[in-house]
Amino acid sequence: MSTAAPSAAPIVALTEAAKHFGPVRALDGVSLSISPGDCLGLVGHNGAGKSTLVNVVNGGLAPTSGSVAFPASGGTTALAAGVRSVFQELSLCPNLTVAENLRISHSALKGMNWRGPARVEIRAALDQVFPGNGIDADAPVDTLTIAERQMVEIAIGFAPRGTEAKLVILDEPTSSLDAGIAEQLLAHIKRFCADGGAVIFISHMLGEIFEVATRILVMKDGKVVAEKPAGGFTRQGLVDAMGHVAAEGAAAQAARVQGAEVVHTPEGLRAREGEIVGLSGLAGHGQAEALARLYLGATSSWRSPREAGLVFVAGDRGRDGVLPLWSILRNASISILPQIARRGMVDRTRETEIIAEWKKRIGIRTDDVTNPILSLSGGNQQKVLFARALASAAPVVVMDDPMRGVDVGTKQDVYAMIRAEAAKGRTFLWYSTETEEVCQCDRVFVFRNGEISAELTGDEITEERILEASFEMEGA
Amino acid sequence: MKLFAKYRILLPVVSLAVLLAATFYMQPRAMSYFGLNLLFNLAVPIALATIAQMMIIMVNDIDLSLGAFVSLVACVTATFLNDSPMLGVLILLALVLCYAALGAVIHALDLPAIVVTLGMSFVWGGLALFILPSPGGASPGWLRALMTVKPPYIPMAVCASVIIAVVTHLLIIRSGIGTVLRGVGGNDRSVQRAGWPVVRLKALAYGLAGLFGVFAGMALVGLTTSADANIALRYTLLSIAGVILGGGEFTGGKVSPVGAVIGALTLTLAASFLSFLRLSPDWQIGAQGAILILVLTARLLFTRRDAQA
Repeated sequence: MSTAAPSAAPIVALTEAAKHFGPVRALDGVSLSISPGDCLGLVGHNGAGKSTLVNVVNGGLAPTSGSVAFPASGGTTALAAGVRSVFQELSLCPNLTVAENLRISHSALKGMNWRGPARVEIRAALDQVFPGNGIDADAPVDTLTIAERQMVEIAIGFAPRGTEAKLVILDEPTSSLDAGIAEQLLAHIKRFCADGGAVIFISHMLGEIFEVATRILVMKDGKVVAEKPAGGFTRQGLVDAMGHVAAEGAAAQAARVQGAEVVHTPEGLRAREGEIVGLSGLAGHGQAEALARLYLGATSSWRSPREAGLVFVAGDRGRDGVLPLWSILRNASISILPQIARRGMVDRTRETEIIAEWKKRIGIRTDDVTNPILSLSGGNQQKVLFARALASAAPVVVMDDPMRGVDVGTKQDVYAMIRAEAAKGRTFLWYSTETEEVCQCDRVFVFRNGEISAELTGDEITEERILEASFEMEGA
Repeated sequence: MKLFAKYRILLPVVSLAVLLAATFYMQPRAMSYFGLNLLFNLAVPIALATIAQMMIIMVNDIDLSLGAFVSLVACVTATFLNDSPMLGVLILLALVLCYAALGAVIHALDLPAIVVTLGMSFVWGGLALFILPSPGGASPGWLRALMTVKPPYIPMAVCASVIIAVVTHLLIIRSGIGTVLRGVGGNDRSVQRAGWPVVRLKALAYGLAGLFGVFAGMALVGLTTSADANIALRYTLLSIAGVILGGGEFTGGKVSPVGAVIGALTLTLAASFLSFLRLSPDWQIGAQGAILILVLTARLLFTRRDAQA
């Protein structure tokens, strides 16, 4: 691993930086310095303060106390110091083209003829990070897939933009990318750091952290609990430091008695009562669309019954998950309102009781469920969405990559809950971009180009078989 | 037919062409220099007002005070600008700055634009009545001359529409700052993170809206030669309809200046077309609404089908 000369001034230096939101200490005195050539892996479970730390470093939030300095550039702003951020929630302007999105963050492009240079720069950046991507610089962003958008956002982060990127912060950059593309990104990060750049890499995929990071920082409850060179950690040690005991190796699948077929779509998607059915394949090959068709067809047509028997857990929380203006309680209870209504009026007492119980069962980290939903971290918002779905009586649960950006501990909790609910006779349809999750299913449909290319059951569900079915014919 | 999804401007163009063809079929004499000018000259202020509305819709807001604002501008133009030009220009400038300030306030205090502008419409309306309690005033001579100029071959109304479309296209679609303004409508947080002061951008968008609103009021007085406090009240809804007809969306910063001008022309033409049909004036407003719904339905069907394809 390359390390810069010790004399090089750090790009960013935090001294006892703290950030409080009211009584919540999101960041509780963190000192940190990042020098050219560093690739800092940042891990911690949801709500550990990673996002706050990132926002303090990139100037999005001013620290309540302590200081942030940029010694290498001598400037006072993160922007001038060449600090760039690529955020977990996709933050491009969907109405603009790829090249126009570069213009937003590239103030050196001036005059009427900025389009040509913008096109050239974004193409060069895309080709550098993701060779062979084929994204059109003039395509409006809303016509791209989520993976393509994420690629554009990463490319904009690394693009020169008139100055030079010194420190690029990547917050869960690979969560919507498939394995091949993620590999390209990791390779680029290594090149970038070897050339004297620095990266803060946040990921819940520990394999990726170990692959690229030179140093690993573990956060918990707003504090840094461990900081060592990457070689100083083992996978288990890292998980322990985060404060969760993850079960290594999925528990053996208990054979379950499965009932009648409850889902059968024209394209061949089938599920039995009490079954966990996985949808796999490369990201963006029609899995989410298949689930959306199934779900909307059953619930949102004119003549659909009042109780459709399906509930949906969104993966894209901002787009089709949370109701941003509502409280945690209202967000969770919306699925059960008709069942607990008395003469058409909501029964507030029962609503509160039921949600309080689910808060305990799922472990939503909040003091008060009447707080706004946006006061929660991403992973906890996702737990609320799970509570919303599981609290209803619907026998079929449709999940559209719900574990995007959720930490290891929460994942284990949710896996256990899904298995328990399935044992009670619920059916789960689960699209996931993570092979590890798909391997927990009873049956897996692999999608390729919008169609089912393979159906795997029992022992056939292995990473090799899934990859085989995803990639077959792709080379032709 | 993916054409309509790829080229959003196509449907407004087709709607205008169909309506124009129908008008010429009903009344062949309209197919002349003089006829075209007569058909479209009232479209010029509507086109300017539509562009003003588009600036607001571009940043995800909506302006319900535009009609009252244009009326107020018309009253100022027909009185102060005619009697003491210096004072008139100052007042109009102050009105543009008011709009910019409104944008800044709406953003800074996170107020709903629909409520603020609805409230402001009464302020503008009151001021207009204060200035011109009864219809009257006179158009400044130069303004009258500008609006009745007879360029060779192409009528003024068509010329003006093309100029408005080209200038605003360059400003909003081609220029860097226009791109950033559309970015505010698309995702203001991303624009903010890139280091742009969103409050100033919003003020700029509102200021531009105020500027085009002022142009609309002046153009209207140039055509009608006098003003009235209620002269342009219907512009509020016409301008919103024009933006949407032209392929714009209420949210997400998806707007098209060329489309907005075409939308304004279509709306004006729809009114004339109904007169040529000898439809009773009682039915005309309803029929105009029906045409609007028809075009919007067509657009929805095409885009939805293309989205599935």
